[in-house]
Amino acid sequence: MSAPEEARAAVLDRIRAALGVASLDRARRTAVARRLERHPRGTIPSRATRRGEERVALLTDMLTKQGADVSRVPTPKEAVGAIASYLGTCNLPPRLRMGADRVLAALPWREAWDIERSFGRAEPGDRASLSRAVVAAAETGTLFLVSGTDNPTTLSFLPEAHTILIAASDIVGSYEEAWDRVRAIYGQGMLPRTVNLISGPSRTADIEQTIVRGAHGPSRLLVLILG
Amino acid sequence: MGNGRQDFKTDAAHALADTALQKALQNVKRGFVDKRKAARAKLPEFDTLREDARAIKDHTLSHLDLYLETYERKVTESGGSVHYAPTAADARAIILKLCQEAGAKLVTKGKSMVSEEIGLNAHLQAAKIEVVETDLGEYIVQLRGERPSHIIAPVIHLNKETIEADFRRAHHRLPRERRLDQAQYLVAEARKVLREKFLAADVGITGANLLIAETGSSVIVTNEGNGDLTSTLPRMHIVIASIEKIVPTLEDAMIILRLLARSATGQEITTYTTFATGPRHDRDPDGPGAYHVVLLDNGRSEMLGNEFADMLRCIRCGACLNHCPVYGAIGGHAYGSVYPGPMGAVLTPQLQGIDRARDLPHASSFCGRCEAVCPMDIPLPDMMRTWRERDFARGNPPFSERLFLKMWAYAAKRPLLYHALANAIVLFMARRAGASGRLSRLPLATAWTGTRDLPAPQGRTFHSLYARARRKGRP
Amino acid sequence: MTSTPAAPQGPLVGLFVTCLVDLFRPSVAFAAIKLIEAGGARVEVPRAQTCCGQPAYNSGDRQDAIAIARQVVETFERFDYVVAPSGSCAGMLRVHYPRLLAEDPNFAERAGALAAKSFELTSFLVGVLGLSKVDAAYEESVTYHDSCSSLRELHVREAPRRLLASVEGLSLVELGESEVCCGFGGAFSVKYPDISTAILDAKVRDIIGTGASTVLAGDLGCLMHIAGRLAREHAEIEVRHVAEVLAGMTENPAIAAPRQKR
Repeated sequence: MSAPEEARAAVLDRIRAALGVASLDRARRTAVARRLERHPRGTIPSRATRRGEERVALLTDMLTKQGADVSRVPTPKEAVGAIASYLGTCNLPPRLRMGADRVLAALPWREAWDIERSFGRAEPGDRASLSRAVVAAAETGTLFLVSGTDNPTTLSFLPEAHTILIAASDIVGSYEEAWDRVRAIYGQGMLPRTVNLISGPSRTADIEQTIVRGAHGPSRLLVLILG
Repeated sequence: MGNGRQDFKTDAAHALADTALQKALQNVKRGFVDKRKAARAKLPEFDTLREDARAIKDHTLSHLDLYLETYERKVTESGGSVHYAPTAADARAIILKLCQEAGAKLVTKGKSMVSEEIGLNAHLQAAKIEVVETDLGEYIVQLRGERPSHIIAPVIHLNKETIEADFRRAHHRLPRERRLDQAQYLVAEARKVLREKFLAADVGITGANLLIAETGSSVIVTNEGNGDLTSTLPRMHIVIASIEKIVPTLEDAMIILRLLARSATGQEITTYTTFATGPRHDRDPDGPGAYHVVLLDNGRSEMLGNEFADMLRCIRCGACLNHCPVYGAIGGHAYGSVYPGPMGAVLTPQLQGIDRARDLPHASSFCGRCEAVCPMDIPLPDMMRTWRERDFARGNPPFSERLFLKMWAYAAKRPLLYHALANAIVLFMARRAGASGRLSRLPLATAWTGTRDLPAPQGRTFHSLYARARRKGRP
Repeated sequence: MTSTPAAPQGPLVGLFVTCLVDLFRPSVAFAAIKLIEAGGARVEVPRAQTCCGQPAYNSGDRQDAIAIARQVVETFERFDYVVAPSGSCAGMLRVHYPRLLAEDPNFAERAGALAAKSFELTSFLVGVLGLSKVDAAYEESVTYHDSCSSLRELHVREAPRRLLASVEGLSLVELGESEVCCGFGGAFSVKYPDISTAILDAKVRDIIGTGASTVLAGDLGCLMHIAGRLAREHAEIEVRHVAEVLAGMTENPAIAAPRQKR
């Protein structure tokens, strides 16, 4: 086995030889640096340019087609009510795992006093969880969730039923706009450990092309659009 | 395993006679083909996106060394480590060492064609590390000791009765009277069985659909969420990816992702698309403490400089397989390679050598459907033909074939000789066919007449008839 | 004759007969000549032609393919147009000759020039000569198989259908999957006969499923392949080249059919 530096040099040298270029070629380096800095956009689907209620409707439609349950809740109070009733619909006990997300913490939980909330990463016994998405792209009903203490990644994958809250004002049209929002939070070229783009509940079609929910991740996903 | 010509023809014959497989292959033709068509119809910008995607890949490949350097720097900045692997053996050794250093006894795996390419599982298992595939299809082929038969749908070749039998055999501790006759029961059982493995794993290994230079991120797409449980729960996450997976920016990644699922299964996007960057941050309550990326070359850098460079644009969507009449007739296993179908016909000779894999580029009618549906505009038939040229130049075709071709070419370059011979041949054939208009048997033509009659020639060549007509004054 | 009679200055077309038509079914070439002349062009058939070179090209014998390509360029470049009753041969001239001869300073440009004026028959009739109908009758239900080269290399789909629509008494039923290969693929049909036949069977089922009494196509390779299997399976469906129907020249037995017309 080659030593690490030799292996690295071997691969990069072979690439440069194949391309017929030199490592110190200034023009190439500038081209690369420029492109990374500018991160130009390509073609954006026209459906991603819908605005306002049309945009929310697109997100809702996409998520629903992809097997999620979607609810529009005008106020935080109704959000809590929707969460409680979803647990009932899924036949789950009123227990919820969530992170330290302040928006979620500030929901009027007294309106659903019987929900037992626990915090932190998901544990194997957790059956329901609640997260908040930082942004969603309506073009394919895709919610962007980021790792960290606010909304631990495991909340999105271990429990059977997952609820994601998204503010209507955090719904954008295109993936590109969504990433700009993420960049605004973390800075250019920096990302948290995980950014999950979630567009529905877990599913598989591996067996005879029959779609079955809950392959490994949640079998049910509720998306609550607040506002 | 693809040891040469004999295996392919034999395997293809078995596949053609396998009624269960033939039935299952209908799912490919009906399902994926129709769904992709529908997805394309719903996205008016589909073809423009293909142009964008091609341009992104072409730009990246022509600056591949620099983007890899940038990527490596960003991974390191984010607390991860990058390991270059010139060969498959290098990659296996690196990954084994990382697993051993982590004290790993159990490894979970997300779906990775590259890991199959390098034979990773067997290597780890030989070192007494338990390896569990977590993608449901990959889990099933692992139970069966088989290869996946399709790069996107590993068990498209199996029916649920077969899978039930596999589960009963492998999960023998579970109650015998349990129901497994529906897909939902099989999935529920897999979920339970694999959940234990997810939670107990020391190391999680995934592939990467994309690597992003801008942020040092690796991207995986799944519908199941198994890739996420694999990469989030264990204390170490290892990514194995070939070097051409890299794209410059997040925007570039999304252009390609707009095409990937639509081309593969007709979905607008997969349920989960995950961007992983480095290990967990200090205060993260979950996530791996260590993140390693193994960058595999294994022939890619060579392809950059030869006639197969365009193949490096491949995003492994499987559309070419789905639309290929040959794949649709014989399925994936007959190809004897990790990569079947048209993309496999181009990539496998590069990986295994044309001598061993010569059937793959030859077993094509060049119908061109693969090229027509490829989101990355890869000229697959042209590259298969280039392999045929290399094969021919090495003198690989059987003597009788080369002789026949030489004789034919000799005549074809000499019109008078050709016309004279042609007249004689068609006269003979027409006489032999008589009034029937067809030949069901003909010496030297049993390959055709085994299954098809040969229509009889009309009796004289066009050139002789035309010359005769002109002599008689007709135009 | 429905269109303008051949003017003395009408374009001069070199007919590229194709090796299969030459050997197996000359009536197709005679039909092509009739159609081109009906469209107002003049036709010559140079004798110094044998084959477009696909057998060598697709077997990896690039050198022989190049030699044959040069021969074809030399023979045909004097014509205003080159027309072949075959999508695969026309595709060879239009798409592949420029690539084959790209490195040859004596031929590169000439191959490009030839490519630009080479056409598959029906697309020539409609696209260049401006024919929108033919003067023919064929009282049958017909289904049409698009050859892969016609469809994907030359983008020919509407031209044959346009002309068939004008054939008196003819009713066209589309195949369920007209875009799928028939399994011929030249030497592929004999190098991998099992796979070729399996693909063919799917096409044959599709053809039978249309209920049509006749199947037409613009490529004799596909047609012989299809006819050969239909005959082996004793299916009573006639197989002809589209040129024969469009030219009203269907008195010959169909492909693989016995001499008495059924």
